[in-house]
Amino acid sequence: MTVLVRPAPAELSTAPRPAVRPGVLPPPGLLAWVEACPVQQLVPGRGVAVLLPDRAQAALFLQPTGMIYAIDNIDPYSGAAVLSRGLTGDRAGEPTVASPLLKQVFSLRTGQALDEPEVSVRTYAVRVLDGVIRIGDLATGVVRGPRGWRRSAGSSGAR
Amino acid sequence: MSTPPTPNQAPRHVVLVGHGMVGHRFVEALRSRDTQRAWQVTILAEESSAAYDRVGLSSYVGTWQREALALPNSTYAADDLVDLRLGTRVAGFDCTTKTVVTEAGEVIRYDELVLATGSSPFVPPVPGHDADGCHVYRTLDDLDGIRGDAEAATERAAHAGRTANGLVVGGGLLGLEAANALRLLGLTPHVVELAPRLMPLQVDPGGAVVLERLVSGLGVGVHTGAGTQSIEPQSDGRLAVELSDGTALLTDLVVFSAGVRPADGIARAAGLAIGERGGVRTDRACRTSAPGVWAIGEVAAVEGRCHGLVAPGYAMAEVVADRLLGGSATFPGADLSTKLKLLGVDVASFGDAMGTTPGALEIVHTDATKGTYAKVVLSDDARTLLGGILVGDATAYTTLKAFVGREVPGDPAALIAPAGANLGSEALPDDAVICSCNNVTKGAICGAIADGACDLASIKGCTGAGTTCGGCLPTVRKLLVESGVELSKALCEHFPQSRAELFEIVAATGIRTFSGLIAQHGTGTGCEICKPTIASILASTSSEHVLDGEQAALQDSNDHFLANIQRNGTYSVVPRMPGGEVTAEQLITIGQVAQDFGLYVKVTGGQRIDLFGARAEQLPAIWQRLVDAGMESGQAYGKSLRTVKSCVGSTWCRFGVQDSVGMAVALEQRYRGLRAPHKIKLGVSGCARECAEARGKDVGVIATDQGWNLYVCGNGGQTPAHAQLLASDLDDAQLVRYIDRFLMFYVRTADRLQRTAAWLESLEGGLEHLRAVVCEDSLGIAEELESAMAKHVAGYRDEWKAVLDDPEKLARFVSFVNAPESGDPTVGFDDSGPRRVPVVLGTPTLPART
Repeated sequence: MTVLVRPAPAELSTAPRPAVRPGVLPPPGLLAWVEACPVQQLVPGRGVAVLLPDRAQAALFLQPTGMIYAIDNIDPYSGAAVLSRGLTGDRAGEPTVASPLLKQVFSLRTGQALDEPEVSVRTYAVRVLDGVIRIGDLATGVVRGPRGWRRSAGSSGAR
Repeated sequence: MSTPPTPNQAPRHVVLVGHGMVGHRFVEALRSRDTQRAWQVTILAEESSAAYDRVGLSSYVGTWQREALALPNSTYAADDLVDLRLGTRVAGFDCTTKTVVTEAGEVIRYDELVLATGSSPFVPPVPGHDADGCHVYRTLDDLDGIRGDAEAATERAAHAGRTANGLVVGGGLLGLEAANALRLLGLTPHVVELAPRLMPLQVDPGGAVVLERLVSGLGVGVHTGAGTQSIEPQSDGRLAVELSDGTALLTDLVVFSAGVRPADGIARAAGLAIGERGGVRTDRACRTSAPGVWAIGEVAAVEGRCHGLVAPGYAMAEVVADRLLGGSATFPGADLSTKLKLLGVDVASFGDAMGTTPGALEIVHTDATKGTYAKVVLSDDARTLLGGILVGDATAYTTLKAFVGREVPGDPAALIAPAGANLGSEALPDDAVICSCNNVTKGAICGAIADGACDLASIKGCTGAGTTCGGCLPTVRKLLVESGVELSKALCEHFPQSRAELFEIVAATGIRTFSGLIAQHGTGTGCEICKPTIASILASTSSEHVLDGEQAALQDSNDHFLANIQRNGTYSVVPRMPGGEVTAEQLITIGQVAQDFGLYVKVTGGQRIDLFGARAEQLPAIWQRLVDAGMESGQAYGKSLRTVKSCVGSTWCRFGVQDSVGMAVALEQRYRGLRAPHKIKLGVSGCARECAEARGKDVGVIATDQGWNLYVCGNGGQTPAHAQLLASDLDDAQLVRYIDRFLMFYVRTADRLQRTAAWLESLEGGLEHLRAVVCEDSLGIAEELESAMAKHVAGYRDEWKAVLDDPEKLARFVSFVNAPESGDPTVGFDDSGPRRVPVVLGTPTLPART
């Protein structure tokens, strides 16, 4: 895990910015890492989409807390690749993003839809190396992973 | 779906003749309680529309939308046991064979027959009463007829350089409604009443003096103590009317509203007993003299007496429904209370309004300067409230009415004291009826609150209170508050304040960042509710770009991409087209953009052109093309000004009296980009025909001969509302000033996602208060509101062009941060059908892992 400290842009906020760190630790095993973008390119509180090999795509978020998260960009309710364009925030402390289409709220940490236990999206591991965010890809084949890695039945497309 | 309980036998057949409000109530009552499916209902309805809100008939004027007056579920579309036959006139019935015959000759057997044929307008046998241009005022069809003549009349009058007149025969409740309808149609109404005063049945001479002054002040000619002698068509299409007091009037049309007669023709023909003054005679169970035949509503003479109001009719409908289901309900007697806003004047009359009870005592408070009259009638010991009359201000009505027949706590004069030592609703006993239309008691409402109903909507839903005339809603709201229901105004879990409070905090502290605001006044990191709300407040209070600095993170997705997201994640772009005006060159540009980017094109309801299917990375290129052609994109998204719709107005239209397009363009240029608690739409019509449907807008402007009438707080959508008249005959500058104040007042004080209509409803003091604030500056904030708007106008810039001019903002318009040149591979379109539609192309599924 790499910890990166970045000075806060003066015009935005006078509060010191917390350290930036990945919200989900990479699972054990070998991963292929896809370069997303420099941390500086992210607007705190907003997301961007990252194109992954095999036409998959991730939604990558930098929270004002400094946490970085990546989840699948496909909104399981609509099938559209839009989650990176949702509004982030928290619900009782759980970091969230709301789909910009019909506003269902997902945990950024686990990918779980907070109002529907059977729906979730997968999460991706994130790390920051030399100020550049990378997203862990499955290409190299991981045998076991934490819950967030399992692709659940509800996340396979439009309902 | 659960299967309905199986009846013991085939359902029996009840035939209902007439489908007005009372008939509809009967069917609803019967069907909702008949869980055994014991009855099937056939409705034979003479009118071409299903039951509608006849009480609100005059609100049809201007919208001309029958649906707006439709009663909920009045077509029974989902009910297999109800057969509604519209436009079916009944020729007669036979109680021995138990059959009804329609005018078309169909014979229908019934087990039970319910007559709800209502009344027919009474037309006095004046010479000329059947001339062209003479109307009655009872049905939607009547109003359509009046509209046709009124439009012809205004056109004729405009040619002759005069104003068009309309004469209403009858100065009762309906007569004044009719006069209002004529006024809304652009005619100058005159009311002729035989009695020495207006509304002789509801209002006493003292109240009538105030009423007449108020009504005259609205430009209505009042002729009391006069009969109509003759009506004579003139060569110019007008009618010469002679009154018994010698007055002669030239009028363009005549509306008879001189009372009604029960429509008891088929009952008479069938040999049923008839009341002394007409109507089908029934007992208190609403049974007529023929077995198996019932009568309800205005046609019924219960124990010989007919009732012309909807509440007693509803009570009769409930009685018969109960009886058919084996109950033993009886008609409880009628509450003849009425509260109306006639021509914008409050009139209420309740209980023993005329003080006819022996020994009755009256307390009167009249204020000629304010134009109010209030009277309470008390029992001979001055302790029990018997009735009363309110003119000019009827706010005390609901409370007073609930006390009728009860002992008044404290000094009875306080009941109508001007400052209103007004009785709280907590003083009311549980069995006091709060909603008399639907007979809902205070106990029932408090019970619903105790069971968890915590807002007006849920109380309406579970008790029915306030669903008919809505007059009791202020009292219901008070009950809610008094019951201790804490109506949480917290915006979300991150901010305990309401939107209006946060607005005040931002304005007072000058905090310009979300992080600063949440650190000092909230908790957590925010969410999809508070972020756009704060973004909107920040945008309303400055001219910063919505994507400047930290604000970029707060904007809803649409405001962030300055376009309207569609179901497959692509965007639609709607070029601004102020007032719906567009040049050929602009149209060509729009067409070429659509062609070059493969966009689906649809004309919107707001007089714009919507271009669908643009990917995020295409948006700047599209805006650039618009900017190059001298146009800009527009908000078809966000809580902001959308469009100002207009009709073509006096520049081209032969009817137009003002330049509505010019005004619409000016208003759209002025308010474009304004952020608000909800979307805002405007409309400008060039004459009273209202082709721009301005009364369905948050701000509606309708041209008059003298200037502009300003209507506010209307909307279409899920809960349509008609805009209400705020001010009349304004000149251009006055109009703009009032709209400035109105919009800014709304922007500052409304709740999140509260449209202007709901905001007005929640506003303490309602329309009167709003008028006082906007037109009379009662809060002393007009200057502040105007200068806030002036700041907005001066600070406006093309938000889309600002993105093009800022490389950092522009860089965000990509589909992928790590592959800016790639489009989203899930975006696809299907062109095989009649129109291009979006499809989501699947991504390869990942191998399942365990």
